[in-house]
Amino acid sequence: MARSTQPSFGTGKLMRAALYAVLILFAVYYLLPLFVMLVNSVKTLDEIRGGNMMSLPEVFTIEPWLNAWSRAQIGVEPTGLSPYFINSIMMVVPAVAISTALGAMNGYVLTKWRFPGDKIIFGLMLFACFIPFQIVLIPMARVLGMIGIAGTTSGLVLVHVVYGLGFTTLFFRNYYAAFPDELIKAAKMDGAGFWRTFTRILLPSSGPIIVVTVIWQFTNIWNDFLFGASFADFDSMPMTVALNNLVSSSTGVKEYNVHFAGAVLAALPTLIVYVVSGRYFVRGLMAGAVKG
Amino acid sequence: MSFLQIDKVCKSFGPINVLRDISLDVEEGGFLVLVGPSGCGKSTLLNTIAGLEKLTTGEIRIDGNVIDDLPPAERNIAMVFQSYALYPNMNVGQNIAFGLEMRGMPKGERDAKVAEAAKTLQIEHLLDRKPGQLSGGQRQRVAMGRALVRNPQLFLFDEPLSNLDAKLRVDMRTEIKRMHQTFGTTIVYVTHDQIEAMTLGTRIAVLKDGVVQQYGTPAEIYNDPTNLFVADFMGSPAMNLIPATVRGNGVEMARADEDPLVLGFDQLPGDVAAYEGQEVIVGIRPEAITDADSRAAMRAGQQVTASCKIDVVEPAGADIYAITALGGKEVVTRLHQDWFGQANQHTELVFNLEKVVFFDPQSGVRLR
Repeated sequence: MARSTQPSFGTGKLMRAALYAVLILFAVYYLLPLFVMLVNSVKTLDEIRGGNMMSLPEVFTIEPWLNAWSRAQIGVEPTGLSPYFINSIMMVVPAVAISTALGAMNGYVLTKWRFPGDKIIFGLMLFACFIPFQIVLIPMARVLGMIGIAGTTSGLVLVHVVYGLGFTTLFFRNYYAAFPDELIKAAKMDGAGFWRTFTRILLPSSGPIIVVTVIWQFTNIWNDFLFGASFADFDSMPMTVALNNLVSSSTGVKEYNVHFAGAVLAALPTLIVYVVSGRYFVRGLMAGAVKG
Repeated sequence: MSFLQIDKVCKSFGPINVLRDISLDVEEGGFLVLVGPSGCGKSTLLNTIAGLEKLTTGEIRIDGNVIDDLPPAERNIAMVFQSYALYPNMNVGQNIAFGLEMRGMPKGERDAKVAEAAKTLQIEHLLDRKPGQLSGGQRQRVAMGRALVRNPQLFLFDEPLSNLDAKLRVDMRTEIKRMHQTFGTTIVYVTHDQIEAMTLGTRIAVLKDGVVQQYGTPAEIYNDPTNLFVADFMGSPAMNLIPATVRGNGVEMARADEDPLVLGFDQLPGDVAAYEGQEVIVGIRPEAITDADSRAAMRAGQQVTASCKIDVVEPAGADIYAITALGGKEVVTRLHQDWFGQANQHTELVFNLEKVVFFDPQSGVRLR
């Protein structure tokens, strides 16, 4: 019986070859832009103008990278991307940390300390996941102005925390819904209260979902352009907005090699986060998906 | 005075009454088993004792003190859960010590206590392992260690054996009984398995739909059930419950293609005599219907011998269960292992009338 469902040896090999051919084709298709960016970021400008975008560099230079990082013209200042990279870090780290921590708390309360109306609250928070960015722009600008943090990094942190809370709550709620209630009861019997049950029992078992949430929040906040362009002023401008300013600055010649290098620099942190913890991401998403 | 007193306890979730007017007393060192089918409220009752659920009305007292308003941690009660609920992120030692740590016991003292409990339960070699690396029986021991180490005045067990395979279940049952004998702590134990209830309990409360059907010693519950539900629920194979008609001092049970079987009593119980010409339910345990060889094992008393047709024979090693039909019901009899009869043949069966009980067919109430 088992044998009859297996294709015969010859067709099996053929199918496999076809499968790999398709997979390789798609891999190349997706990797091609990255290849173009990397290759052209280490060419001289003359070579890019005169030659083929796809060819390997004749003269290898890291000059465009150095330019993009510390010398290129962003708006009016020749500072390179480095100060804005720092801005992004200053925005992303607290925003991710706060939204993840609050999401974990919300998930804990919504699953293990149920109260009347908890489903409605969760429903409303879920709703937050579906609100487009553009809708909140004007109300958010008013709020930031009223509390006096418009145009600051703190303001951006607040925006991203509020916007991310729906997602982080959803992640943690689904994860904790599958967490056995008997463990919470056992902790109660052992004398652990609300906080200690959370910090000693739940959080240490939340590794996968924390990784998922951090990756999700990190990439979203790091890559965000709209909020950065709308709510940041020149001193708090994140990397994405600075990259846009670099690429679209209209003075002098277009330094494509510098633009490519800058774009790769801007994408690097999210890339690193994925490479380091990508496998936890898939695992954690699955864990959340099975129950909840 | 009783050690644990459950006094007129009611619990309702909205309009649903889960526990109705439950009153149970347990002496110090007693082993109370709450048994019943799923949804009978036994786990809810346990949770109210633990403090994990608030009771609606009534009172629970331990050693004379009302504990209703105390949070679970201050009741000095330990609980072993069905899933054992070992904290997956901590090793065995930390699991056992967690309750002590939460009570602010210094580390040195804690370690000593953990070592002592581990030694008692023979799990010293497991202290550094994570719960995920333990077998079912080992987890059970660790869960008991976590309960023991706090030296509680009351132990609660919530179906602790239902996740184990059949053989291990029997071993762990013995272990729990031994633990009870060694430490003499009062235990409340929830199970849906009536054999566990019989073997472990000093007192059994049979629950159904949030009402205590009968409360008594295992022998009382087994030999002297107060209604049809208890008679049917306790015992394996279950008690034979045969419809019969009262005629004078005997009961008459219909048989297919044969004359009815009449069990003649010296004197029917008073309540039954009032059912003259009407139907009653006759309850006889399988071991009270046997072959002539096993008759010697019966205590002297009134017996009736009758020839009955055997439909099915089920050898079970120590005994042979032979199934006949009376009053339109399958009737299980328990015969000696050397009995040599065969299916579809007649055999002489001895009915031990001392052990027969009667019930009203409508209300299910015992007739005495």
